Amino acid sequence: MSGEIKHEWPLFEVFVRAKRGLNHVHVGSLRAADHEMALHHARDLYTRRNEGVSIWVVRSDDVVASGPDEKDAFFAPSGDKVYRHPTYYAIPDSVPHI
Amino acid sequence: MSDQLVGATGERVFTATIEKDQRIEPRDWMPDAYRKTMIRQIAQHAHSEIIGMQPEGAWITRAPSLRRKAILLAKVQDEAGHGLYLYSAAETLGADRGDLTRRLIEGRQKYSSIFNYPTLTFADVGVIGWLVDGAAICNQVPLCRSSYGPYARAMIRICKEESFHQRQGYELLMTMMRGTEGQREMVQDAVNRWWWPSLMMFGPPDTESPNTAQSMAWKIKRHTNDELRQRFVDMSVPQAEALGVTLPDPDLRWNGVREHYDFGEIDWSELKRVISGDGPMNAERIAHRRRADEEGAWVRDAAAAHAAKKRRDGGAVDAPEDVRGPAAETMAEKRHGGVAHSAGGERHGGAVFSAGEEREGA
Ligand SMILES: [Fe+2]
Ligand SMILES: [Fe+2]
Repeated sequence: MSGEIKHEWPLFEVFVRAKRGLNHVHVGSLRAADHEMALHHARDLYTRRNEGVSIWVVRSDDVVASGPDEKDAFFAPSGDKVYRHPTYYAIPDSVPHI
Repeated sequence: MSDQLVGATGERVFTATIEKDQRIEPRDWMPDAYRKTMIRQIAQHAHSEIIGMQPEGAWITRAPSLRRKAILLAKVQDEAGHGLYLYSAAETLGADRGDLTRRLIEGRQKYSSIFNYPTLTFADVGVIGWLVDGAAICNQVPLCRSSYGPYARAMIRICKEESFHQRQGYELLMTMMRGTEGQREMVQDAVNRWWWPSLMMFGPPDTESPNTAQSMAWKIKRHTNDELRQRFVDMSVPQAEALGVTLPDPDLRWNGVREHYDFGEIDWSELKRVISGDGPMNAERIAHRRRADEEGAWVRDAAAAHAAKKRRDGGAVDAPEDVRGPAAETMAEKRHGGVAHSAGGERHGGAVFSAGEEREGA
């Protein structure tokens, strides 16, 4: 039993919704024994002054991220598709509201 | 494209990112020396926030009114928060916060020299807010533009909160200065004791600060120690005048040519002594931190054991759907209804509220 006790609590990433209508935004991390404690700690640590109306906590281990080294392979394909942007299309100035 | 992965390219990208004044993020390639320096800088800063709770924390039970107690509690809680934001930033570099705490307790990592002085009277609480938090603001505002992203973001959050710290201290002193002769003497005495140590917070003079050039090149330091110290002196003199106290430096006077205040020679031997562990309170500060760590160990173990047991029993609280997808928020709020509600309730109730209210009014 005691062998299961881990001295270091796992790391959680914290996301806070500043107010209704906005996305949750990553604000930092914290250590907690479980999700419930992580929510408590996140409230104490990241919302002491009405910074949020809702909190998500996610085990850091569960976050899958794109690596900076994959930058070209991962994001380059969108770079050469200029026709996805409205400015690609020439419309005379005389045409209103477009 | 795979040749982009090799170190030489990494270094080029790193240097170019810094030159463009963009931020380095955790998973970017960075020189080992940069990583090490950042971990040391952030850890030292985090330790300072945590140790910095002690001098003022000592006065929470003895604050002269409920209002002052509430304010002081909120301030000391903020300092704990600052420490935790910073440990969080250090962990993005591969450091481990438990390990950093051990290094602090074993004296292998340092914290700001200023917290090794005792708080003898309640006026010290005011002077710490005014001068010590004031000096910290001078140091920290430029760090909001540190090249290391997570550190810069933590500094922005911290700087927002520091303004309340400085203003509550100055207001406390103004109140005492309007009081009795004895209270005014307490304020002057506290200023006399804290002025010079506050100037030492900016570190050794530029001539004896060998790492400054590299830190400036990496943009993890934006101004030299002496520049920031001068800025602090220039800000503090008119504040002292408005308060009606004398700064304990006979050489302090306006220099119309430099357009700055000249000030006397700092006793650098004192700074060396305090940094190397021989200040008035070094041993006590570390002993206190060690005691808190040891006496809290069973709580951390018990919480970990409880979490492990819940996982084994398939407890509801850790269910993964809490953090999955668009339903997560509703799920989390439903499931942890108690948590969410008490969070709101506590924020708006009692002690913390009155402090917050005042900050907004200030
Ligand atoms: Fe702080
Ligand atoms: Fe502070």
